[in-house]
Amino acid sequence: MTRLKVVFAGPHVTLQDRGRPGMLRFGVPASGPMDRAAFAIATRAAESASAIEVSLGGLALQALDGAVSLALAGGGFIAEHGGKGGSWQVLTLQEGETLRLRPGFWGAWTYVAVAGRVLAPDWLGAQATHGPSGLGGGRLTTGQVLEVQAPRLLPDAILPCPVFARPRRVFRAVAGPQDRFFAAADLKTFFSARFVVSTAIDRMGLRLQGPALVPVGALSIPSEPLLRGSVQVNGEGGTTVLMADHQTTGGYPKIATILDADLDALARVRPGDGVHFQRVDAAQALQIERAERIRADRG
Amino acid sequence: MTPHLRPVAGHALLVEYAEAISDLAHAAVLDLDAALRAHPFDGLVETVPAFVNLLITFDPLRTDPEAIARHLSTLPIQAQSRAGQAHEVAITYDGPDLAEVAARTGLTPPKVAALHAAATYKVCLYGFAPGYAYLGGLPPALRLDRKTAPLRDVPAGSVIIAGGQCLITTLTMPTGWWIIGHSPVKVLTGDARRPFLFAVGDTVRFAP
Repeated sequence: MTRLKVVFAGPHVTLQDRGRPGMLRFGVPASGPMDRAAFAIATRAAESASAIEVSLGGLALQALDGAVSLALAGGGFIAEHGGKGGSWQVLTLQEGETLRLRPGFWGAWTYVAVAGRVLAPDWLGAQATHGPSGLGGGRLTTGQVLEVQAPRLLPDAILPCPVFARPRRVFRAVAGPQDRFFAAADLKTFFSARFVVSTAIDRMGLRLQGPALVPVGALSIPSEPLLRGSVQVNGEGGTTVLMADHQTTGGYPKIATILDADLDALARVRPGDGVHFQRVDAAQALQIERAERIRADRG
Repeated sequence: MTPHLRPVAGHALLVEYAEAISDLAHAAVLDLDAALRAHPFDGLVETVPAFVNLLITFDPLRTDPEAIARHLSTLPIQAQSRAGQAHEVAITYDGPDLAEVAARTGLTPPKVAALHAAATYKVCLYGFAPGYAYLGGLPPALRLDRKTAPLRDVPAGSVIIAGGQCLITTLTMPTGWWIIGHSPVKVLTGDARRPFLFAVGDTVRFAP
């Protein structure tokens, strides 16, 4: 057993495992990491089932007693541990040493997988934290001490950042399922205009700034199921893409749904970034999802 | 009822029975949901019932929307006998919006409370956030559109109404619904064997 002290944690820093799929029918989104590709690299390197998801708010961790290794992956964050490094490496915190993570040039989330088992509550069978409620492993708060069972030491290493974990600006989407509530010109605008990511980004979704897309006669549609990737347009034309902790139903029309294969990359955008949506049809989307899942299985 | 199938991205399908809420469409959704649970197709990941439609998510490596449509067309669908469990839930009618609801419905606050407590509600679906059970059956005299702007930080346990629905909140969250009271009941029970108090199809009565 060793302990890690949270010397500092910004907002939205949580413990995540792969999530709790299959509970949408109880109002429970799958949660889990925003950037699943980066999470998979960090947890594989540390051989752990969970990781700390670090937001743009940053994190500082200190080893209180004993040494433990950490695998970092995700985004272009700056990791300070002795010297300055990047957020793609395996390192060891000796007793008393501190790791500080803060945003670098790109990316909105990075992952710290501890080589060992971080003791934390689970909820409905998973440690993944549902951000709005804090249920699951939980939000990290400054001053908190994490207990790590069976800590292990790993050789220092650089983890290469593969192409599929790098930033992108174009995201593929299928129109609908409520595109019929939008004028053809608005639909065309959605798939051609530049949208800017607002400061309202969290684990529930990304609010975008861009042309107003005004739904026609759709303000009374019954609440219906939503997915990670649903693009909701409210009565004032505001556009939101739903992410890991999304609400499970909603009554605003969905102009489009971003392909699951592109959602990890979408999680890497930051406030102020410009993004575009590229239209694909359902048959193309199916082929893209197949290729992406084969890629993800191979690691 | 013959549903409309709409593909959603590359891994889901929305099966839609109607554009507007009706008992008939909702019953069709629940019947299809039950049939799929009894006879799942290879590659079925999850089904999510709502008022007029059922979302089906699937594994694209194992199936596709065409194969799912064929499966749905051959599925033996039976009307569910929905004799759910009856729940009685304690309530105190002290919500911050009670007076405003009374003013907008032309009733007095005690009359709003009496009407609300006299109805029997049906658990139609869970939606929005963990444990948010949408209870249908709000008396027509209490039906109001939601507020134009949501109120932030509404505490867990608030009893809120809007449209034809009533809901007991489980988390501190924003809501645009009208807050008429509070209840000590925990819909998120914290009990791993039965984490959600209600099942879809159960009935709920409020006891002041």
